[in-house]
Amino acid sequence: MQALYAQLLVGLINGSFYALLSLGLAVIFGMLNIINFAHGALYMMGAFVAYFLLNLGGINYWWALLIAPVIVGIFGMILERTMLQWLAGLDHLYGLLLTFGIALIVQGVFQNYFGSSGLPYSIPDQLKGGVNLGFMFLPIYRGWVVIFSLVVCLATWFLIEKTQLGAYLRAATENPTLVRAFGINVPRMITLTYGLGVGLAALAGVLSAPINQVRPLMGADLIIVVFAVVVIGGMGSIMGSIITGFALGVIEGLTKYFYPEASNTVVFVLMVVVLLVKPTGLTGRAA
Amino acid sequence: MSALTDDTLPMTPRAMRDEMIVFAVMAALLAVVPFTGVYPFFVMQALCFALLACAFNLLIGYGGLLSFGHAMFLGTAGYVSAHALKVWGLSPELGIVVGTAAAALLGLVTGYISIKRQGIYFSMITLALSQLLYFLYLQAPFTHGEDGIQGIPQGHLLGIFDLSKPIVLYYVVLVGFLAGFLLIYRTINSPFGEVLKSIRENEPRAISLGYKTDQYKLLAFILSGTLAGFAGSLKVFVAQNASLTDVHWSMSGEIVLMTLVGGLGTIFGPVVGAFVIIAMQQYLAGFGQWVTVIQGVIFVACVLLFRRGLVGELAHLLRRSL
Repeated sequence: MQALYAQLLVGLINGSFYALLSLGLAVIFGMLNIINFAHGALYMMGAFVAYFLLNLGGINYWWALLIAPVIVGIFGMILERTMLQWLAGLDHLYGLLLTFGIALIVQGVFQNYFGSSGLPYSIPDQLKGGVNLGFMFLPIYRGWVVIFSLVVCLATWFLIEKTQLGAYLRAATENPTLVRAFGINVPRMITLTYGLGVGLAALAGVLSAPINQVRPLMGADLIIVVFAVVVIGGMGSIMGSIITGFALGVIEGLTKYFYPEASNTVVFVLMVVVLLVKPTGLTGRAA
Repeated sequence: MSALTDDTLPMTPRAMRDEMIVFAVMAALLAVVPFTGVYPFFVMQALCFALLACAFNLLIGYGGLLSFGHAMFLGTAGYVSAHALKVWGLSPELGIVVGTAAAALLGLVTGYISIKRQGIYFSMITLALSQLLYFLYLQAPFTHGEDGIQGIPQGHLLGIFDLSKPIVLYYVVLVGFLAGFLLIYRTINSPFGEVLKSIRENEPRAISLGYKTDQYKLLAFILSGTLAGFAGSLKVFVAQNASLTDVHWSMSGEIVLMTLVGGLGTIFGPVVGAFVIIAMQQYLAGFGQWVTVIQGVIFVACVLLFRRGLVGELAHLLRRSL
């Protein structure tokens, strides 16, 4: 039973990353109509920024949790201003191709300097050790990742669904021209949205640094799984992204326990099943 | 929403004549390659990728479907052909048939699944399906995991042509490429191709005109996958191995890049793009990961600066259909 709970926890952690990344993809897609293929590369950048902050600047994990998403978010906003904005009005596919190119550049540069092996990033002192819950041993850091991710996801949901700013955002997603007519600077809002989505990816990167090590290709395979998550859950609903992300992580964890051979592929297989049974995805809106 | 390509004009006799002339020139140039001192292995490899890119272009350029998983056809046909030749000891022609048939079957299954959704979702689904296959091949015993299938016997095609002789192999690959190319050309200019273009331009309208667009898309997907598989089977004889690189997502990305560089929706663009990218990899092989970075820069430059690609720009300049 211990092993089962341990795999469930790993599943919840992976689910946290799926949720944070697919949430960012959904927010970006809503405003920019772009599927951000660079999301995995920016997730990796988040982890690397945390690594640099610690090893070059002596800045600890807690500050990195705040600073890394901001730095990567600013990097993202620069990308949006210099490149992505020129794709407005073109076929969606060009956004995918452009961001794929950006991902290749970013990953290639990091691979050049850091190879393909992992760099260690140690767990902060406050979160070391673990507690015995009676039925299992819970490493504190792992519990922290799950809870903190959940809080960030819910905060993002609250920001978009319940605040004035979020209302502008949703309105601009539906009809940007009309929202501009009300005197709201939509292009700036698009830039900030991209920054927010990218920041969430970078935050996931920082969270994963002590667990998965810091590697240039850490986001490359992950993003493809997240795409499958997005196909399953659909990008129409914020809460849908969060729930689908966590649920698929848990299912993957259970697969690792019951049938480890399929743990790499279970999310893709589920995607196929969902497409065959309910082609519009779980949240139901057509593409 | 602007369309991906701007060849919405109907086919005129002049355009047809232009294209046939260019085709004849291309075929003639490729036919004399063995006598020019150009490394034939390089050209053979480029020809396989050119056919692969043409097959991919049939979907994106004429059907508006961006498949981000075309490496799965290359890899599947490669593995099946390699296994058939080496383990079952089949003759080369049967090896090619078995590999291509496997790709066709894969096209039927993956096509049926991925056309359930449109646009950007279609791309994500094809990518996810090819990653699923990647993991299956990684674990399946017959692919020999990381090592791949190596030392594949080339044999005698139809019992006559000795494929271990580079010059014979070259002409076999060339004939395979030209046949695949002509089949795609014929498809594009058939009534089927016209319906495909109408789906690219406006799918709801095509549906309202009574076309069962799903059937057209599925058929195009199977045809594209089959030809991509055929290219993969030919490549087995050239490279004499089948490995995981051929199924990896980065290979799918390279196929997209070749077509983008040459020109989406142009007839000769994918061929030019394949030669450019393969030549680049050859000459920059010593630069390690910088090749990836350069590929990324080309992607960005193509999308931002010249979306028509090399051949597309040229055709636009000359006001010709190429």
